[in-house]
Amino acid sequence: MVVTMSGQLTTKQIEQKANVIRKDIIRMLETAGSGHSAGPLGLADLLATLYFNVMNIDPKKPEWEARDYFFLSNGHCVPVQYATMAEAGYFDKALLRTLRKWGSPLQGHPERTRLPGLENTSGPLGSGLSQAAGVAYSLQYLDNQLHRFVYCVTGDGELNEGNIWEGAMFAGKYKLSQLIVFVDRNNIQIDGNTEEVMPLEDLRGKWESFGWHVQEIDGHNIESIQDAVGMAKAITNRPSVIITHTIPGKGVDFMEYDYHWHGLPPNHEQAKEALRELRTLGGKVKHEGMSV
Amino acid sequence: MSEFHLTKNLFDGVSAEPIRAGFGRGLKTAGEVDSRVVALCADLTESVQMHLFRDAFPERFIEVGVAEQNLVTVASGLARAGKIPFTASYAAFSPGRNWEQIKTTAALNDQPVKVVGGHAGLYTGPDGATHQMLEDIALMRSMPNMVVVVPGDSLEAEKATLALAANGKPSYLRLARDKTAIFSTPESPFEIGKAYVLRKGHDVTLCGTGTMTYELLVAAEALKKHHIDAEVIHVPTIKPLDSQTILHSVEKTGRVLTAEEAQINGGLGSAVAELTAEFLPVPLKRLGVEDRYGESGAPREVIEHFGLDGKSLAHKIRQYVERVPQYKKGF
Repeated sequence: MVVTMSGQLTTKQIEQKANVIRKDIIRMLETAGSGHSAGPLGLADLLATLYFNVMNIDPKKPEWEARDYFFLSNGHCVPVQYATMAEAGYFDKALLRTLRKWGSPLQGHPERTRLPGLENTSGPLGSGLSQAAGVAYSLQYLDNQLHRFVYCVTGDGELNEGNIWEGAMFAGKYKLSQLIVFVDRNNIQIDGNTEEVMPLEDLRGKWESFGWHVQEIDGHNIESIQDAVGMAKAITNRPSVIITHTIPGKGVDFMEYDYHWHGLPPNHEQAKEALRELRTLGGKVKHEGMSV
Repeated sequence: MSEFHLTKNLFDGVSAEPIRAGFGRGLKTAGEVDSRVVALCADLTESVQMHLFRDAFPERFIEVGVAEQNLVTVASGLARAGKIPFTASYAAFSPGRNWEQIKTTAALNDQPVKVVGGHAGLYTGPDGATHQMLEDIALMRSMPNMVVVVPGDSLEAEKATLALAANGKPSYLRLARDKTAIFSTPESPFEIGKAYVLRKGHDVTLCGTGTMTYELLVAAEALKKHHIDAEVIHVPTIKPLDSQTILHSVEKTGRVLTAEEAQINGGLGSAVAELTAEFLPVPLKRLGVEDRYGESGAPREVIEHFGLDGKSLAHKIRQYVERVPQYKKGF
């Protein structure tokens, strides 16, 4: 399938994609036996929206020269990107089960040279935004490619890194209007809640003072995500940041809002429970009764 | 092997120029040759001689301010967009401060980001220990995918810059601040990964990199009157190391000394020691800065204090040669 046009899928279809992605994340992490659960689950709606309805991409031609770019700055959340890419058709879903295994192109943290479709190598935090800014600079000032956009997802704990604010200052100075950054505002990081570990607020004010156009949205509302991207694209004199409020561990009750799940995978029993919950959408629909 | 042409008046009124000046000229030429070449600087444009490129190609010059982490990560993005980015700052800051970003977003990511470290080594003189970067060779040499080049003079820096613009690999180029002797000529060859025998001899091999190569030539000349016939090899590429040229020489001479304006731990000396220990374990001595920091002083004063001028080197080499016998196969 070629995913090129905005609005190709309905909101309901995107939500279904996001749910499939969440189930894949749980299965991948259980099989891997290590990895991060909370962040990837929280980002499923955003990535499903970007890959299926927003970005101008062709999963069959990852190096397509007219594509939009996607940079995952918080590389530890890559399970959501792998699951989304597989769902979009970049590679066979069977590969998802090789996450973090020897010889797999699905490394624990993303490596561009190992998997077509990845634009960068990340994991150490704080550098993806600047890489995205480099591409955005090139499109805007060197290549005269004003119709292409560069999307970047950063964590919120990641904003502790100085490199982020160096990049923010840079993008602000050069008014990189084709750069659209999503801050995954899930309020958790490894050592606890972000406001306890290293307070980020006033987060909106910080970005505004660096010369960015700022929006805040519910990261689980597909229409809000799409509307915010539309607004960001319409802003032509500044880079855009969309503070995307998400629930860490979204969709799995015992993981939601709990920072302990930042860096843990589910064990077999937990995965079973998580999948049951995702299948029934938290008990809202009848249990399908499928085995894990 | 192509012959390395040395300048005619090597020991009598040799001309001098800062190595960084050659980089400045080379970058401008690289910009003329290839429109993908872009330059990024962290608020040191004239100091690292990027102004020539900036003035010729203002649309391809990007000022990033005093932000070395951003310097190389933006460059990584530019490389992803098909550009050949040269980044420049002082070596103390880049790669001194941003090593991880270089590793992750340029080297592991295999993007042709060029890290140019200016004001490296002891010739940074009066600025003192914080600015006399001595650990950069070790830092960059340990990084897979990375090419490490330390030109011997300004003419070679110019050629090296052009070669790095075309090599398609993440690369480090080390530059010195102060005027140093120009021992090569416009005709001298430069190829990434090649070492050059500048002077043939039978008693000892002397391997130098950067500004130390000229000092070794001076030392070798002085050693003649002590009946020591030294072979001098110039090693402008630390990585990949020209194993063949070095092993070929030490097989003949049976002992080797290395000289560099850097920490002896992890630099050229370590590279040659690793090579010879594995393949031809000849006696070896590393000359450079011995596990300490530099300090302020006039550039030449600092070099002499550390015993890295030609005269001091000759003395150390002579002592070593008189004390340590040549390795003979089967001994």
